[in-house]
Amino acid sequence: MSTRGTPLVELRDISIAFGGIKAVDHVTVDLYPGEVVGLLGHNGAGKSTLIKCLSGAYQMDAGEIRINGEKAEIHNPRDARKYNIETIYQTLALADNLDAASNLFLGRELVTPMGFVDDAQMEAETRKIMGRLNPNFRKFKEPVKALSGGQRQSVAIARAVYFNAKILIMDEPTAALGPHETQMVAELIQELKAQGLGIFLIEHDIHNVMKLCDRASVMKNGQLVGTVNVNEVTDEDILGMIILGKKPEGVAS
Amino acid sequence: MTDAATPSGVKKTSFFKALELDTRLLGMIGAFVLICVVFNVITDGRFLTARNIFNLSIQTVSVAIMATGMVFVIVTRHIDLSVGAVLAMCSAVMGVLQVWLLPQTLGLGIGHPLVAPLTIIGGLLTGTLIGALNGWLIGYQRIPAFIVTLGGLLIWRNFGWYLSDGQTLGPLDQHFMLFGGIEGTLGTMLSWALGVVFAVAAVWAIWRARAARIQHEFPVKPIWAEVTMMGIAVAAILGLTAIYNAYEMPIGRLKRMFAERGEVMPEGFTASYGMPISVLILVIVAVSMTVLARRTRLGRYIFAAGGNPDAAELSGINTRLLTVKIFALMGFLCGLSAVVAQARLANHANDIGTLDELRVIAAAVIGGTALAGGIGTIYGAVLGAIIMQSLQSGMAMVGVDAPFQNIIVGAVLVFAVWIDIQYRKRTGEKV
Repeated sequence: MSTRGTPLVELRDISIAFGGIKAVDHVTVDLYPGEVVGLLGHNGAGKSTLIKCLSGAYQMDAGEIRINGEKAEIHNPRDARKYNIETIYQTLALADNLDAASNLFLGRELVTPMGFVDDAQMEAETRKIMGRLNPNFRKFKEPVKALSGGQRQSVAIARAVYFNAKILIMDEPTAALGPHETQMVAELIQELKAQGLGIFLIEHDIHNVMKLCDRASVMKNGQLVGTVNVNEVTDEDILGMIILGKKPEGVAS
Repeated sequence: MTDAATPSGVKKTSFFKALELDTRLLGMIGAFVLICVVFNVITDGRFLTARNIFNLSIQTVSVAIMATGMVFVIVTRHIDLSVGAVLAMCSAVMGVLQVWLLPQTLGLGIGHPLVAPLTIIGGLLTGTLIGALNGWLIGYQRIPAFIVTLGGLLIWRNFGWYLSDGQTLGPLDQHFMLFGGIEGTLGTMLSWALGVVFAVAAVWAIWRARAARIQHEFPVKPIWAEVTMMGIAVAAILGLTAIYNAYEMPIGRLKRMFAERGEVMPEGFTASYGMPISVLILVIVAVSMTVLARRTRLGRYIFAAGGNPDAAELSGINTRLLTVKIFALMGFLCGLSAVVAQARLANHANDIGTLDELRVIAAAVIGGTALAGGIGTIYGAVLGAIIMQSLQSGMAMVGVDAPFQNIIVGAVLVFAVWIDIQYRKRTGEKV
């Protein structure tokens, strides 16, 4: 891997504990531009906790985050956004009572010269990006609680994509979606990858992992089992890592 | 709640749909009209006189001002039980300032032009600081708002009592008295001028919103719907102005006013009160709070934090500081209400604003603010306050016994929330 230059993101030796339980225990993973790294493991393995350190939702107890080779200080979600890190949370993190545009721009509203929020401009931008991501989307005026699971998902994705993310974290982006919408997300991931984004993808569906990811890092009980190149292993190998916590022999990472 | 099955039901729905009016607002207006008509019939037309409407409005202002702030508090899933006590505290500070400290201790003398402004600044500052302290305890120390403000309910009124030695403070500064209502009105000409300004502003705002949507090629309402809305706004504003201008000052008061200026009142001279300054303050507060809610980042964050606190936090919003700001604003409005309430009553007494916390919360809730958070409007809260006050005044006029007055107000509160829940069920909203 040393031939690929500086990684976009390095999470080095990250640890975080909640009340004595080590949720993440000395985990090191990295991510290169134009690459999709899958984070796998059982529920409670520590995947979501690990990436929440990167997105600023949690503060790690020990370890180091490097962005483009330089040490990054990420103490809250605002810091993460400064490094062009965008996150699509499993819960989507949408304010149900607000419309799509308000959610898309939440925390980063477009304002008029007078300093007032420019709803018309934000709606126009939202219509533009939704036209690209989900052309069937029509409910621009309604609170997002009136939307279907797939529509809500597309709002959350639009929010992450709109602001020129360089690093994208997706926590089970297809969990609530039907087959057609899942396919759309898969295509989007390929497109973003081609644009040079680095993507951390938390995913349970092993077929999606094999299809979408370049590498897969497997966690178990807060520790890293190992990282493998997806095209050098079979899905049985990865399942073995997830279930038994055993790294397949003779596989470089 | 207005969609009662009428023969012309179908046509009506499409008419209201085109206007894109909030049906909940229509329901409240309907309830208000019903209350007015019923009381007017029972009192043989005494309820809807210019004089009674004038009195009703100046009695509503204090609670309505605080209710606008309570909307933000409840929208963010908090509650403030201390507003009545904070109002009493602010009133005590202002009473002490204008009756003792400024004229006597500092020697400004009675009637000095600086007494009123310094007093008001003192009152507003007191309210804001108490509110900020509440917000800090709730946001940063994570004590539930219910507890912090329940404590405040006991603390602040008695703090005020201690400050004022439990005395009734008065008489108040003559300039300060202008904010109470009857002592401070704008007169006919100025009221008409302001009414026209507000009417033009309302038309302009509707037109601007439409122009912005056209510019971005969004769908717009049909033009007749926009014109209808403009017409309703203009009619409401100018109508209210006309009512205020129709309330004439009594002869005795006019004679006294002329006598004070050393003149003799000409025969047949009449003058009207016009719009009370306190009502103007309420209008300014309501418009500012609406702009704050809808057109500023702060307002957007308040509603986002109410809808989903985690999402707001993950979007990089500092929700703790937000809580401080919301409660500081609530405190500021308590201070402002204290100015109006004290000036209206013409003195500070320790029981000022007693039970106001319940009236304010009830006004916000009747106005459609959901205790679950995330939903609420400023105009709803103001309308809620008006409905509560009309009920109370109307019952007093009719001569309903005191215990029944409170029983009815309590029942109306519960009934209003029940209606709201039924309405939301029908429209498919989560309750």
